[in-house]
Amino acid sequence: MKKLLAVTAATALMASTAFAGGHSNIKIGVILGFTGPIESLTPPMGDGAEFAMKEVTDSGKLLGGASVTSVRADSTCIDAAAATAAAERLITSDGVKGIMGADCSGVTGAILANVALANGVVMISPSATSPGLSTAEDNGLFFRTAPSDARQGVVMTEVLMEQGIKEVAVTYTNNDYGKGLADSFAAAFEAAGGTVTINASHEDGKADYSAEVGALAAAGGDRLVVAGYVDQGGSGIVRAALDSGAFDTFHFPDGMIGTKLEENFGSEIDGSTGQHPGTDSPGAAKFADMVGGAFDATSPFTPESYDAAALIMLAMQAAGSAEPGDYKSKVMDVANAPGEMIYPGELGKALDILASGGEIDYVGATAVELIGPGESAGNYRQIEVSGGKISTVKYR
Amino acid sequence: MDLLNALIVFSNFVFIPALAYGSQLALGALGVTLIYGILRFSNFAHGDTMAFGAMITVLATWWLQSLGVSLGPFPTAILALPFGIIICSLFILATDRFVYRFYRNQKAKPVILVIVSMGIMFIMNGLVRFIIGPNDQRFADGERFIISVREFKQLTGLREGLAFKTTQGITIITAILVVLILFWFLNKTRTGKSMRAYSDNEDLALLSGINPEKVVTVTWLIVAALATVAGTLYGLDKSFKPFVYFQLLLPIFASAIVGGLGNPIGAIAGGFIVAFSEVTITYAWKKVLKYSLPESLEPTTLMQLLSTDYKFAVSFVILIVVLLFRPTGLFRGKAF
Repeated sequence: MKKLLAVTAATALMASTAFAGGHSNIKIGVILGFTGPIESLTPPMGDGAEFAMKEVTDSGKLLGGASVTSVRADSTCIDAAAATAAAERLITSDGVKGIMGADCSGVTGAILANVALANGVVMISPSATSPGLSTAEDNGLFFRTAPSDARQGVVMTEVLMEQGIKEVAVTYTNNDYGKGLADSFAAAFEAAGGTVTINASHEDGKADYSAEVGALAAAGGDRLVVAGYVDQGGSGIVRAALDSGAFDTFHFPDGMIGTKLEENFGSEIDGSTGQHPGTDSPGAAKFADMVGGAFDATSPFTPESYDAAALIMLAMQAAGSAEPGDYKSKVMDVANAPGEMIYPGELGKALDILASGGEIDYVGATAVELIGPGESAGNYRQIEVSGGKISTVKYR
Repeated sequence: MDLLNALIVFSNFVFIPALAYGSQLALGALGVTLIYGILRFSNFAHGDTMAFGAMITVLATWWLQSLGVSLGPFPTAILALPFGIIICSLFILATDRFVYRFYRNQKAKPVILVIVSMGIMFIMNGLVRFIIGPNDQRFADGERFIISVREFKQLTGLREGLAFKTTQGITIITAILVVLILFWFLNKTRTGKSMRAYSDNEDLALLSGINPEKVVTVTWLIVAALATVAGTLYGLDKSFKPFVYFQLLLPIFASAIVGGLGNPIGAIAGGFIVAFSEVTITYAWKKVLKYSLPESLEPTTLMQLLSTDYKFAVSFVILIVVLLFRPTGLFRGKAF
């Protein structure tokens, strides 16, 4: 046994010396909720991020041929203490140079405040959408390839204003998502000169929403904005509003849009509008082609994960250094114009351009455009319901 | 001022929904009150008995629908009700044979029976969710509206519309029929009279030769039928979701206690008192007042006393007030 151990140690030593002699190795942390409430979404997200790392390693062009390896850790999505400990381990014991993550807004904020700031490590989250993260203190270390829900509030306002709707009633599901979205929408809508007659919550899982709809109807409005879930109370509200004649048309944010909406209401909600994250950028299709059957490339936030990892590595190349303190200021540069447009599968080309001192505009799988405090501007698919079917109006 | 439109808005959002909800609560409270009067304990399993009966009815409805049977404009669930009542009765009688009878023979205190009923409640709760799943189930069919908002507006030319759903109409009519039959049974038939005698004075009833096991069996049968009807009507009118019936337990008990536990008339009155209080206190009166007041007094706020989130709190408050000031309930039930 002792001999075996010695041999293993010797081999490992030799391997690492060989490695150091050749090219350097950069570690990037992938911290996602591999257990917990979104555990079904995270495996393809992790695969997406590692797919970008493999592409860069295979090209052999990052910082003169460095290889990139991923170190996975579990954010649990809900347990801030566990997520903080996992991130701490990534940085202090694994020595990662950047973090692709975390996923849920709560744990992302906790890791940022407790670990990333203290250690000066760059974090790019593919899926945290809480508006609160836009104003969190980050020393320029935090970015996200997912749009803030505040952005969705602005897009919603634009859609409604274009249709000449100035007065709406708002109801939201009583949790962080619903409340955050409803508040950011109300702020944007009122700033644009509209009136929110009532901003009332509803609880999911009830059988009867006639009382809630009674209050909404009394407040009135041209349209009812339902920031809820289609499988939960959101549909109950719409049903009660239709039955009592309180509202005929609705506006639906992302949580309400799905085939279930067509099944439940069909042509009863004709004339209603809505929007959800989506893009017609060619990057999404290219990404799906490249991945093939390796994992599900269309799973939510998977393209965003690919883009998050790619941005970290491109920023390193632009800065000529893998140290977070050096490359953090380059993330916005590589993500935005000017420069040559970079789609999925062109990371090698981008590394070449950057190495020769050129500029790139990373488009990636989700048409990345970072704005304000380093978050995705967000692309939304505007929909309308006509003839009982959801159809695309345009992308914005 | 436009009193007619005010009346329409009031009927559409307050009167009709509260009437239907009150009927459902009254039927549920009748079951609770019968158990309390005759078997002398508070049956916490009643909400889940409703869920169980409604579940069987839903399954039977689906079966009938798959056979192509329908009642035209009426929901098929009405045809399926007898199946629900029969199977629910059998299940309830089985729990009585295997659980409650043991404690009855021991002359267990009412509080022990209450705890036993909670055990039954959890088992039924789990059983229902195991069989049909925890999600919403749709089983309503037939004509949705007696009169819809659009038709009403076209018919009358008024600004405000009035919707009257078929399920609301069926709920109210069924509740009236069931209550009439129940009172006829309790007051006119021999079995009904013996049940009342047993409820008033158990020892005297036994001395007069009344068979206690028969009284208990008939009581459970009536309660199972009431629970199934109430559960199905609630599911038809709103939507069938197992956990909701467990939450209904609170307003049902509030109704029974407000009216006076053990008093059937009290249970009905209590059901409507609780339903109307819940709806009127959480309703935003802005629109009604806008139509009924002169323009100078038009309200600018929503005129809502309590947010709808506090709907269940209303039942609690009524319960506490009644217990403080009139512990026997409005119609003098059996005191605690």
